[in-house]
Amino acid sequence: MEKKVWLLAIGLTAVALAPGCKPKGAQTAITGDAASKVYVAPGNHDEFYNIVSGGFNGQMSVVGLPSGRVLKILPVFSVNPENGWGYSEESKPMLNTSQGFVPWDDLHHIAISTTNAEHDARWAFGNANNTPRIARVDLNTFKTVEIIEIPNSAGNHSSPFITQNTEYVVAGTRFSVPVGENNDVSIDSYKENFKGYISFIGVNPESGEMNLSFQIEAPPFNFDLARAGKNKSHGWFFFSTYNTEMAHTLLEVNASQKDKDFIMAVNWKKAEEYVKAGQGTKKKAKYVHNKWNEETHSATSTMMEDVLTLDPTVLKDIVYFIPCPKSPHGTDTDPTGEFIVGSGKLAAIIPVFSFTKMLAAIESKDFEGDINGMPVLKYESVLHGEVVKPGLGPLHTEFDGKGFAYTSMFVSSEIVKWNIETLEVVDRVPTYYSVGHLSVPGGPTGKPHGKYMVAYNKITKDRYLPTGPELAHSAQLYDISGDKMQLLLDFPTIGEPHYAEAFPASLIKDRQVKFYPIEKNQSPYALKGVADARVERKGNEVHVYMTSIRSNFRPDNIEGVNVGDEVYFHVTNLEQDWDVPHGFAIKGANTAELLIMPGETSTLKWVPDRTGVFPFYCTDFCSALHQEMQGYLRVSPKGSSTTLKFSTGEVE
Amino acid sequence: MKSLSFFNRILVLLAALLIIPSYFTPLWQISLWAPQYPEGLNMKIWIDHLSGNVDQINGVNHYIGMRHIGNEMFPEFSFLIYVIGALVAVGVLAFLIGKRWSLYAFFGLITLFGLAVLADMYRWGYQYGHNLDPKAAIKVEGMSYQPPLIGYKELLNFLAYSGPDTGSWIIMGGVGLLILAIVRDRFEKPALVKNPYTSK
Repeated sequence: MEKKVWLLAIGLTAVALAPGCKPKGAQTAITGDAASKVYVAPGNHDEFYNIVSGGFNGQMSVVGLPSGRVLKILPVFSVNPENGWGYSEESKPMLNTSQGFVPWDDLHHIAISTTNAEHDARWAFGNANNTPRIARVDLNTFKTVEIIEIPNSAGNHSSPFITQNTEYVVAGTRFSVPVGENNDVSIDSYKENFKGYISFIGVNPESGEMNLSFQIEAPPFNFDLARAGKNKSHGWFFFSTYNTEMAHTLLEVNASQKDKDFIMAVNWKKAEEYVKAGQGTKKKAKYVHNKWNEETHSATSTMMEDVLTLDPTVLKDIVYFIPCPKSPHGTDTDPTGEFIVGSGKLAAIIPVFSFTKMLAAIESKDFEGDINGMPVLKYESVLHGEVVKPGLGPLHTEFDGKGFAYTSMFVSSEIVKWNIETLEVVDRVPTYYSVGHLSVPGGPTGKPHGKYMVAYNKITKDRYLPTGPELAHSAQLYDISGDKMQLLLDFPTIGEPHYAEAFPASLIKDRQVKFYPIEKNQSPYALKGVADARVERKGNEVHVYMTSIRSNFRPDNIEGVNVGDEVYFHVTNLEQDWDVPHGFAIKGANTAELLIMPGETSTLKWVPDRTGVFPFYCTDFCSALHQEMQGYLRVSPKGSSTTLKFSTGEVE
Repeated sequence: MKSLSFFNRILVLLAALLIIPSYFTPLWQISLWAPQYPEGLNMKIWIDHLSGNVDQINGVNHYIGMRHIGNEMFPEFSFLIYVIGALVAVGVLAFLIGKRWSLYAFFGLITLFGLAVLADMYRWGYQYGHNLDPKAAIKVEGMSYQPPLIGYKELLNFLAYSGPDTGSWIIMGGVGLLILAIVRDRFEKPALVKNPYTSK
């Protein structure tokens, strides 16, 4: 009996002491001056813009660094009732696809435009994963101005990555799929009938306008991520692949069998030559090209009919395969362009390949085999070296421009800093928890700024006040200016960020558009002054040409609309000053509001289904008399003879 | 009457020529700051037009029922170019004549012109500030909201400034030259007059 009591006592003591044996947590990871390093005093601006993918919300968020403050949610592929994106008549064509109107997508990666491998920050590109598309955002207006659909693709994950002068944006397909007319095939005919297309979308150097230049018909692998060569490797593109087993079921197991998959090296300059020489084949493919016009304040959607394809089994010297251990996720090129880092997410090491060695191996035909005639290079011949024991689950690598690389480790939930030349691990920091992408300002370019690093995590758990089952995704900001990485800040994010890019605010903050000059407004529904405000009936369509200026709508009393009429409110915001948007909402509209920028015209369609008098009002607190900015619209029964009339400010 | 020295005549010519830049530079400016307008609103008055944030100022002012500011509000714009042209002509004439009275006449005229401009500005400011629409959304106490003639003044949530701009400052520089000419003319040693007693 006494013995049992003793045992119990020992057991209880052990339990009581156990937490003391746990490794120390984040509380001790912060050192004293972290707060001052992220404190941006009231009225001061952040040093960097961080353009962050929204993942499953289909948007981008704009975050200031080092404060971590969210500055804007920028609608891209998903409708945004908050400002009418995808609801206004003008913006609906932007979300049109060959499948019709698609109100949502999954935006994973960001590419900020570059010149000579350095950020020029004119445009931000983003990918739609589910219905394959690429969007271009104008960074003078922070507005999506172009969306191009990618045919023959499914799961547009290996996208949008850009060449060093933004010559091309690429889109590699994650899912290989059967294409063309012969697409109703059995799934187990994968190897014969499925194809993995890699698209090169040309970007006009002046206007930024995209155009699907050509597609390369690659083997039916899964294409995961990509990076362009830069500086010395300019002219090449590197795509990571997995499922080179070509499995079509239970990929978790069946795509993890081979010790090595590939990094696919594409000589796109060579591909360009073949295109110029007319070696491509035009194939039928339906995809849309949507463009926003900043003068008509509206979008157009054009259906495209064909695409130029290159067959690398016939056209030599375009595609080479570099063996890379265990289902590589990220493939990243260092600022000099010499080193290509493959992050095999199941690999115990990180292989670093040498561009110089790759060229030499190609030159001397140092191949270990081929895939349908496309050479497979020898791993050892291309290898610069391996980072040994880096951690578990390497995903992505960024650079600081001082000779170091930073690799995110999903499984061991840490970021590892290592020397590119010597391949030695020099530092590691924990992340909270399970970091996916990481982002260094300028990190993927030839000129990283090497001051901060952000970890975008997949798991949040206990980091913030709990908010039920669904939590904000967490991010951490680190100071990487010294030898040791230092955790500075932990901040929640919007949506589910995957990749993000950051660049100095000074690149764009002085060229921001403040309002649209009303005299340049080319919308067919624009009003240049209050005198033109009117209502017109065309059959069962009623067009309300309305102005908004502090603090009234003209007209604000409308009668003569009948049940079932298609009412179009064409609202022009006549303000010519910064930060004076006006909103427009009418009771019962089953769409959304409009948020109209100064000098802009937007249209809301409304089909009243009942009689009554319907109030409308301005939704943006515009002025001291914002609450007075309202009006009424009377709806009479179908076929009623109520005279069409409209007025403002007439008191009887 | 007394002739001007060569140097003083040059000063008169310079003063006349310094009026010319007023055709190409703003003459007057009015600026407004408020908590919502940290960058300020600025309106410039030129010889024949307005520029700057006129629309924004009108947008703000309509709440208290001020009249819409526009070029048509200033009949002066139709004749100021001739008045200033005449002033230049008088200056050049004074230089050609080169007598003390011509200097004084030019100085007198340009001073009078300056005073007239100020009086006109005050008259405009008074009318603009007192002619408020009685149906305006915000009733200003005493129904007056007159901008300052020169200097700063607080008006509700705005701090207003009114004052000369580049063109006027250049003209004033010219007036400074005229004052210099007058001072020099009065205090300079009389030109060597032959002493009848010492002359042979």
